[in-house]
This record gives sequence, structure tokens and C-alpha cells, in this order.
Amino acid sequence: MDEVTLHKFDVVIVGAGGAGLMAALEASKAARVVVVSKLYPTRSHTGAAQGGIGAALGNVEHDNWEWHMFDTCKGGDYLCDQDAVEILAREAIETVYDLEHMGLPFNRTPDGKIDQRPFGGHTRDFGKAPVKRACYAADRTGHMILQTLYQQCLKNDVHFLNEYYVLDLIFTDKVCRGIVAYRLATGDLHIIEAKAVMFATGGYGRVFKITSNAHASTGDGMAIAFRQGIPLEDMEFFQFHPTGIYKMGILITEGARGEGGVLLNDRGERFMERYAPTLKDLAARDVVSRAIYTEIQEGRGIQGKDYVYLDLRHLGQSVIETKLPDIADFVRTYMGLEPSRDLIPTQPTAHYCMGGIPTDVEGRVVMDEKNTVAPGFYAAGECACVSVHGANRLGTNSLVDILVFGRRAGRHMLRYLPQAEPLPLPLQPEEAAQANIARLLKGKGKESAVGIRESLQENMMSLVGVYREETQMKQMIDKIGELRSRYADVKVQNQGKKFNTELVQAVELGYLIDTAEATVVAALARQESRGGHSRRDYPKRDDANWLKHSLVYTSSRGTELKYKPVVITRFPPKERVY
Amino acid sequence: MKITLEIQRFDPEKDAAPHMASYQVEAEPTDLVLDALHEVLWHQDGTLAFRRSCGHGVCGSDAMEINGVNRLACKVLVKSLGSKITVRPLRGLKVLRDLIVDMESFFDKYRRMKPWLMTQGEEPVKERLQSPRQRAIFDDTTKCILCAACTSSCPSFWANDEYVGPAAIVAAHRFIFDSRDEATQERLELTNEKTGVWRCRTVFNCVEACPRDIDVTRAIGDIKRAILYNKT
Repeated sequence: MDEVTLHKFDVVIVGAGGAGLMAALEASKAARVVVVSKLYPTRSHTGAAQGGIGAALGNVEHDNWEWHMFDTCKGGDYLCDQDAVEILAREAIETVYDLEHMGLPFNRTPDGKIDQRPFGGHTRDFGKAPVKRACYAADRTGHMILQTLYQQCLKNDVHFLNEYYVLDLIFTDKVCRGIVAYRLATGDLHIIEAKAVMFATGGYGRVFKITSNAHASTGDGMAIAFRQGIPLEDMEFFQFHPTGIYKMGILITEGARGEGGVLLNDRGERFMERYAPTLKDLAARDVVSRAIYTEIQEGRGIQGKDYVYLDLRHLGQSVIETKLPDIADFVRTYMGLEPSRDLIPTQPTAHYCMGGIPTDVEGRVVMDEKNTVAPGFYAAGECACVSVHGANRLGTNSLVDILVFGRRAGRHMLRYLPQAEPLPLPLQPEEAAQANIARLLKGKGKESAVGIRESLQENMMSLVGVYREETQMKQMIDKIGELRSRYADVKVQNQGKKFNTELVQAVELGYLIDTAEATVVAALARQESRGGHSRRDYPKRDDANWLKHSLVYTSSRGTELKYKPVVITRFPPKERVY
Repeated sequence: MKITLEIQRFDPEKDAAPHMASYQVEAEPTDLVLDALHEVLWHQDGTLAFRRSCGHGVCGSDAMEINGVNRLACKVLVKSLGSKITVRPLRGLKVLRDLIVDMESFFDKYRRMKPWLMTQGEEPVKERLQSPRQRAIFDDTTKCILCAACTSSCPSFWANDEYVGPAAIVAAHRFIFDSRDEATQERLELTNEKTGVWRCRTVFNCVEACPRDIDVTRAIGDIKRAILYNKT
């Protein structure tokens, strides 16, 4: 760790999923760009997205972007910033065509256009009936997006630093000037100086025990920004996807229900008809996940246990093989079941954080309730909160979000570069990161990161999951305090410099603890139920008091909460019924 | 169930050569090999190094040799292997530490195939049309996750690492047979080079190794025929 290598670029982008690569493609048209990833780019979690990307192309039936905008606002329980949602719904269309032009192999209609299928919460005529809006490539749409964008980056000679792990942001007089990264292969620190820095580091689903998220989804970028005094917005809103494979959490796409799959309880009853008479199994995810929990709680889980069945048997072999092949493979591999013959045990799985690093519609990070821009610092994708998803994200909209706002961030960075102040880097910008690593490696503590992480994940799952209440969240706050003090005593056994997995995972745990704390602090304060935040003690939405975004800050004095208003343009809040 | 996990270990900072180490692991029959590796890393030996991310067979990080066959550790259930499991790094690629191999040359070969859509003229305002039938022709090779299980199972690649290997050829196939791509001739010439498709001796190891069930040898055969008959 004695060696510190300096790199200079115009733009550094951290994270090589959809948002990072889309920004890189844009910014590299006129700037020297480097993409830093703790993985190889094609391993990024965008590749796990399955069902589709929503855009009102109207290829299969009539559709328009305003309906998409409405569905997104309603899906988000009216906490979305509607100026951003309008951009999302409008630009989704050109973005999907751009992907096709880049070579993305979409499924096709008989007349050769991009095929589209129904998805949860996507409707025609402002909620009247499901609409076919999700453009898809079998059930591996995210894989195709990630591959296609990576291929375009290779074509355009985008520079990559693979298996470099971001540890810190560098600011000079509040202007963002670069990052500190740790190279996994050597254990050396690297300073990457740049005029613009973008985080596209993804979510933190690994804070929960049952999750669809990759092991790498540990909230790195969010926690690093948080520690630098940037607030995290709307962290109380976490989405549980209704259909995770029982006990494993592996995602079964909503596209399975889009193709006609239904959920059944222990009596063989299609229970979603009772909870969402119009959209039934295609209601928004928060609604379906709560319905499953209620069924389980009232004793109608399968054999009284904590799961229900997903029934795909009536779809037939050919629909399953052509439109849901990966799902069929997962079900066969992990459960030994045959989807055309067997019922599939599923339960809600922690899937997506609606909150994150607050940004404006250009991807610029904003650091307070007045939306003051943090110069030179950008964010997009799951790590960011622009806020297009509000209190609950609609299926397919994460892919729209990463591409639309990843690209806008890339474009805006090019506009920002000529006016970026060439401030010098602070002396020894690597100091804090270096000290953190040294403490984990050389400290006198005796704790192992593994036990702390397991306790964090189990407690977050049971105390701050689909349903929440005050006493449990207070317990979690105490628990985080305890885990944090144990974390201060973590010592890594592995002293090696090359591919020190244990060390990296210990650093990741620190980030998970931070994101967990932001989540619980914001959740405890919000005394209402809205979207992905459902409180047993405050079961109703309360627009009079809570139609506002939360901002959690952290400092040496602890956490602090502030709020900022929601932008409402076309759709005033209404009761949310599916 | 109790399993004995034999793992090939190599620490470049300490070891002159790789060696095998044995671990006793308690596992559920439905656990994955990845779970067993985590059990070692998290509860027995923090110095073990391996890559993984998605944990369900779509990111391609954890390809390794498991009981003699290249597999993804997150796609193999312990119960399918019995009580003794032997895990080694992928063959033919330089071992950096334990189960981690150098992937740079693998990605370089992928890149050499120009794996991006090449077209002439202006983009249409909307999508290019492509029939479901045209789309189906190259469906199989769009599934590749670049895990390197195929290339590192190939005896021709072991014998001569100048060979671009099956994964790179799969990438070429994905574009050669895409009706929208207009660089077919250039791609056929690329795969016709002496480091290209003719190194394939149809051993079918790649087909067995592919965790995405891509019929790799058939794809290579498609390209050989296209070169010979200049027809796609």
C-alpha cells in the first residue's frame, strides 16, 4: 500500500452497468473517459434484469408516453418528481430505438418490429387495462443491454479499469475532483483525477437476507457519498419483488405474469383477484408483495409456510421456451421442477432501492433541500434518486432509468467540462481510504466481518422488510449501533495484497451498515404507508404531512433528516387502486 | 450432508506452485458449490480467493473446473456431485491467485472479433425490421455471458493459445448471422484466419462446458460452412 498511482482523465465513471456504460458512450464522444469497475464490466448487475424495458412504442397495441408517465407516477404512489418522469417516459422511446440501432436483439413481432408484452402496473387509458409496453429480448433483456453497451464501448475505445474498487471521492473546495480506488490484483491504491466524476454503482440489496441482488450490490457509491456529507434521498423506500425463488431470492421476472402466469395460495385460489380486481397479478410490485404477506399471515401460505405458488403450467411449453427460457432454466436448476408441469414456490425478495444519491434531471448530484448542485459530481441508475420511481418502482422502469439518465449525465458532463475549475487536488487525498484499509488489516480488533454481516442481513429482513412498525425499527436502530461498534473492531485475517477477497468484503460491509442506517432512520421517521414503505402502525398514505422527499445526512454528530418538496406537474395525487 | 471440498490453492506471494487443500464443509444437498466456497471463505479460511457476483448463473464470474468439468459454481448443486468435490481454476489461463485466472487475453480475443453491429448509411428513425425467423437464427449465440468456460475447456486452445477459442467465435457468429449486420465478409475473413475456426477439431468440450447451453460446436460449424460456401 505504499505505492499510489495517479491517473488523469476528463471523466471518471464508477460502475459498468447500464447507467455507467451509457454515460461513457456519450461522454467519450468528446472527452477522455475511464470506467472503473470492481468487476469485469459484463458482470455488472444490469445483466440480471430479465423482463423488459418499458417504452410507449405502440408496436402491438395503441400506447402513448403520457400513459407511461401516469403509470409511473401512480406506481410510485405519487412521490415521483413528475418533471423527471415526463423525461423518462418521453425519452424511453428514442432510447429503445437507439438500443436497436446499436444491435440489441429484441424479440420481434410477425411484421418485424420490436415485440412488446404486458408488465405490472403498465396500463392504457390511465389505468383502465394492462397494455403491452415492455420491449424485451426473451427473459434476458438486461443481459442484452449490458452486452450491447459493452460492445459499443469497445467499438468506441472507452478505457476501462477492471477490478478496481472505489474507496473515496476527492473534493477540493466542494468541487469533485476524482476518486480513490483500490486495485484488487495488486492491493495498490490509485488516484484517478478527473474534472467530472460519475457514480453508477448500483444498489444495496445485499443488506437483506433474501435478495435478488448480486453479491456485489453493497451500496458502495451511496455510502461513499453519504460519508462525504451528501444526503441520501428516500431511503425508506425499498422494493420487494413478489416472485423470488423460495429461500434463494433468485428473481422470477414479472414477465412470467405478463405472459399469463398467476399466483396461487394454499387453497389453489388466485388471490390477487381480491386485492387488485382490475390488474390482478399485474398490479404494482408493492401491492402484490403485501398481498402475498397477508395471505401467508392469514394462514394461506403453502402448507401454512411462508411462500405461495407461481403457476405457469397453462402457458404451454412453447411460450415458456421462447419467452421465458432463463426462468425455466432457473426453476429446473435450483428447484428441480418443470415449469410446464409443476407449481413454483415463490416469496417476496428484496429487489430494488427507490432512493439514493439525489440528482437533478441532468444527473448532477444535488446536496441539500434547495437542490444545490455539487459541482463535478454526477450519479445515475439505482445508486441515484432523480426521483422517477417515487415510493415504488414499476417493472421495466429501472432499465429505462439507467439508460435515459445515464445518457443525460454523460451529455451534461461534456457541457460541464469546459467550465470545470482546474482546482488542485488536496494533499494526500488517499489518506482516509488508506487509514480505513490499514485499520482493517492491521487493527487490534478481534471481530470477523462475516458474523456482523449475517446479523445485519437477518435483522434487516425481519425488522425492516415488507411491513414495518415503530418498535421493530427502533430495535433495528439499536442493532445498527451494536453492529457499528463491533465493525470498528473488525480485523481481516488475510494479509495478502493480491485479490484479498476478505478485505474487500469487509469494506463492503462498512458500506452496507451505512445504507442500512439511512434506510431505518428515514423509515422510522415517515409515519405513513406509501409504496414500498408499509407501516402497520400508520397504514394510510398521508399526503398532508408526508408528500415530501426525505434526505438523510450523516456526520460525526450522527444522522439528521431534512425534507424537500415533490415536483407535481400533470397528475395530482389520487387514491391508488389497481 | 458432509462434503470434502478439495480446492487448488495458489498464493503468488508465498507459493512456488499450486497445491491442493482439503476442507470439510457441512452443506444442504440443495446448496450450490458457490455456497460451499463461501462457507470456506467466511468460516474457515479468509485467504481463499475466487470471483463471483450474481450468484445465479447470469454474470459469468465464477466459472471454474468442478470435478473435472468447467461449470459455474453458482449453477451446480452440491447433491449432484456427491460427497467429494474438487475445484480448480480454469485451464489454459494464467492463475493469478487460487481460483482467479487472468481474463485479459480472453477479452482481447473477444474484442478481436469486432463484436459490435456494423452497418452502412443512415439509421432509420424507428427500428430496423427483422423477422422472428431472422432473429431466431442467431438467438443461441446471443446468450453468451463471456465466462470462458468453453474456451478454457478446449484442447485446441490448450495446445495453442493463439487460437481465438470458442467464445470469440460465438461472438462472431452472433453478428455474422444477424440480418442487420453488414460486415459479413470482414467477419468471415477474421474467423478464417489461421487462429480462427479451423483450429476447432469438434471435440465438443465447449458444448458440455457452456452454462448457457449454447450449441457452440454447431455455431463454429455454421461459420465454417459460411466460409466455404460464402453463404449465411
